[in-house]
Amino acid sequence: MSDHSPLPLTRRGLLAAGGALVVTVSLARPLPAQTGGGGARPPKPAPGSLAQTPRLDAWVRIGADGAITVFTGKAELGQGIRTALIQVAAEELRVPPAAITLVTADTARTPNEGYTAGSQSMQNSGTAIRAAAAQARVLLAQEAARRLGAPADALGFADRRVTAPDGRTLGYGELAASLDLTVEVPADAPLTPPDRLSVMGKPLPRVDIPTKVTGGAAYVQDLRLEGMLHARVVRPPSPAARLTALDSAAVETMPGVIAVLRDGDFLAVVADKEYRAVKAMRALTTAARWEETATLPGDTPIPDLLRGLEREVGTVDANGEAGTIADGPRSLRARFTRPYQLHGSIGPSCGVAVMGEDGLTVWSHTQGVYPDRKAIAEMLRLPPERVRVIHTEGSGCYGHNGADDAAADAALIASKLPGRPVRVQWMREQEHAGEPYGPAMMIEAAASLDGNGRIDRWTFDVWSNTHTTRPGGAGALLAARHLAEPFPAEPAAMQITPAGNGDRNAIPLYAIPNTRVLWHFLPDMPLRVSALRSLGAYANVFALESMMDDLALLAGADPVEFRLRHLEDPRARRVVELAAERFGWTGAAPAPGVGHGFAFARYKNHAAYLALAVELAVDRGSGRVRMTRATAAIDSGAIVNPDGIRNQTEGGIIQAMSWTLFERAVYDDTRVTSVDWASYPILRFASVPDRIDVHIVERPGDPFLGTGEAAQGPTAAAIGNAIRAATGRRLRDLPFTPDRVREATATG
Amino acid sequence: MAIDLTVNGTPQRVEADPDTPLLYVLRDDLGLNGAKFGCGLGQCGACTVTVDGRAVLSCVTPVLLMQGRAVTTVEGLGTAEAPGPMQRAFIEEQAAQCGYCIPGMMMRAQALLQERPDADDAAIRRALEFNLCRCGTHMRILRAIRRAADTMRHAETAAPNGRAG
Repeated sequence: MSDHSPLPLTRRGLLAAGGALVVTVSLARPLPAQTGGGGARPPKPAPGSLAQTPRLDAWVRIGADGAITVFTGKAELGQGIRTALIQVAAEELRVPPAAITLVTADTARTPNEGYTAGSQSMQNSGTAIRAAAAQARVLLAQEAARRLGAPADALGFADRRVTAPDGRTLGYGELAASLDLTVEVPADAPLTPPDRLSVMGKPLPRVDIPTKVTGGAAYVQDLRLEGMLHARVVRPPSPAARLTALDSAAVETMPGVIAVLRDGDFLAVVADKEYRAVKAMRALTTAARWEETATLPGDTPIPDLLRGLEREVGTVDANGEAGTIADGPRSLRARFTRPYQLHGSIGPSCGVAVMGEDGLTVWSHTQGVYPDRKAIAEMLRLPPERVRVIHTEGSGCYGHNGADDAAADAALIASKLPGRPVRVQWMREQEHAGEPYGPAMMIEAAASLDGNGRIDRWTFDVWSNTHTTRPGGAGALLAARHLAEPFPAEPAAMQITPAGNGDRNAIPLYAIPNTRVLWHFLPDMPLRVSALRSLGAYANVFALESMMDDLALLAGADPVEFRLRHLEDPRARRVVELAAERFGWTGAAPAPGVGHGFAFARYKNHAAYLALAVELAVDRGSGRVRMTRATAAIDSGAIVNPDGIRNQTEGGIIQAMSWTLFERAVYDDTRVTSVDWASYPILRFASVPDRIDVHIVERPGDPFLGTGEAAQGPTAAAIGNAIRAATGRRLRDLPFTPDRVREATATG
Repeated sequence: MAIDLTVNGTPQRVEADPDTPLLYVLRDDLGLNGAKFGCGLGQCGACTVTVDGRAVLSCVTPVLLMQGRAVTTVEGLGTAEAPGPMQRAFIEEQAAQCGYCIPGMMMRAQALLQERPDADDAAIRRALEFNLCRCGTHMRILRAIRRAADTMRHAETAAPNGRAG
């Protein structure tokens, strides 16, 4: 494809198709359209992942003893999905949550639901489990009605029993024994009406927390298999480094060392005890000679770097005649940047694997057991059915971190030591330097106002890599890239989809007659990048909502009122009004050096609505920014666990605050130099706000919209807007470190 | 070499290379899950345990220094069936997302409250400055520690000789 050839497909065209929510891009069956945007008709429940896995018994099974097992292809990542899915199933099966056993992502047991990503678990799995459980209840009732000779609608449900009006009862187990659950779940399985919900919509304590706070085995790091060995990898010191010499004789005789493994540039050591593996890894590090090549950007500024990597331009949105917006008294033009940023899991990635006679089993905190299986199988040249990947929780990942790579390390090492379980945990510097980062981005935005103080033209140019280099192919795995016969990384391709990627949330949700949004695509990745919570939405919403504030200023309008002026969707207006009201937004300036900032986004322009107001103080002497309070309003559709939504939203705000104030990966022209928490600092308790309030808009009966990533973009923008309010200076380059704040507020 | 220490009230003799960090002894030799490997550099606090009542970063503390010492991990604060005050407070406040950092937070707070039962919010924040959380559970962690402090103070009042936690 030649440079600068716009793609014909535009996202607005897709969004305009009846306000349809297209949830995933590749489906075995088409999804019926969901109504969005507060339409008058009650939305018809989407079947979620039933589209790919329609059979009831793939989701719900009831044993002859009445034991209920529910299956999900999604994984607990610390977001509380396990608890919410149990609530959904318990509600429709009319049983207490404790009666449900939930099996999460496991290639031998659960449906293939792809990745646990994109805030889609409730839409995909929650919707499917809910419908399957509702249909199971219907079948139980029909069978009970037949056997008890009572009308199905007169039956009661309690204690896993179905009871006729005359008091005769049958247990779920007795009924299920004569039921065929190998049937397809109909799209119109009768869901419990909103006014009769008793488990969904109410806070349920997370089922995983008691184990986690008492030292139970909760994580893949805690797996201790019989005869398990500990391995450590020695990674190339820089992305293009080649292993030229290795004298491992001394390492091989170290106490407890079982094996030193080398395959091309892949190097690992295996020992009987964990710390012996660590010491052997250190020795092996000094025994290896690498030839390094300078492939990293060094001190090239982000804008120069990204412009230099541009190879293709795609049209994300074109509407009316945006043209080129001339500079003038009623127009604005600005450039925003975001650096490479880390997932920064507190627990380094870990994988456990064993090569048995039946094949390879891998325990991993991957977000996608099926894609990870495919990649690992390809790397080891095994048929996929000979590989089983079982999700086991790790430290929070926030996207595609080192999980799949650590699983691949364990798999590769275990494949060379058949019969011995192998546990690999990365060291801190390996996690920091080895995980794929959230890509650096640049946005050039311009807009103009008409005579009535409304935006009439808007252009938005995004420079970004892809934000998805997840497995599927073995080339996505570090270990596979390092083999003597390496699997190369798949070339990146620009894909413009409704959900967005680097262009996620690049289209303004505001009513603007003339818009043009382009994605300047960078196929080459000097630093390895992939999905970090919210993908491009973090930087795009930051830029978009910074522009909105500056345009409000230009229009002489209050920032909240200015947003409402351009918002037509009543659900969007509702969260904006609610956040402003609960925050006590007045538009008046607080004390000197203190600022209020506001921001809004609908995640992916088709998922959760979130508005946020923050208060912060800027110390001009030190440049330090201290956020004191934040008030969020979120509408993520029907609520399953309100405390889960609150927990995720509070967490999203604090994490995005950390990205925004502190975080920037550093590197020279050869090596990544962000190798620990000193060279890549993140937020600590001194910077935690005094309070964060999350207000949830109740939408009983509506489709699930997901929650996990909604706060990322608005938080960056609200902080930038509050700094502008406090100091009169607009910061456009993330992060807002004390140096940058000091510099910006000292000049001009 | 052999080292004798007490872990969660139980005397233990461990055979380990003397430079082995306490963390690996707790996890690998004693099979405890509570203390976590986070950085191995003393930067994140995920490995925090108490030694003779004081918060210690077990990933940078050689086991040879533990001779005769009393180590407490989060397992020593109670069980899932009978959680201690600190654990109960974290459950009641739902103060976890992924939860990986939480045992370290709890042990840091436990040491603080044992020394200063009346620690205020500023003191709690100062103490926790050593500990990183990536999920952004900070508000709940602070609430849980305040709740645990209240519970422990009441327990002290009810049973003056009792040792909270």
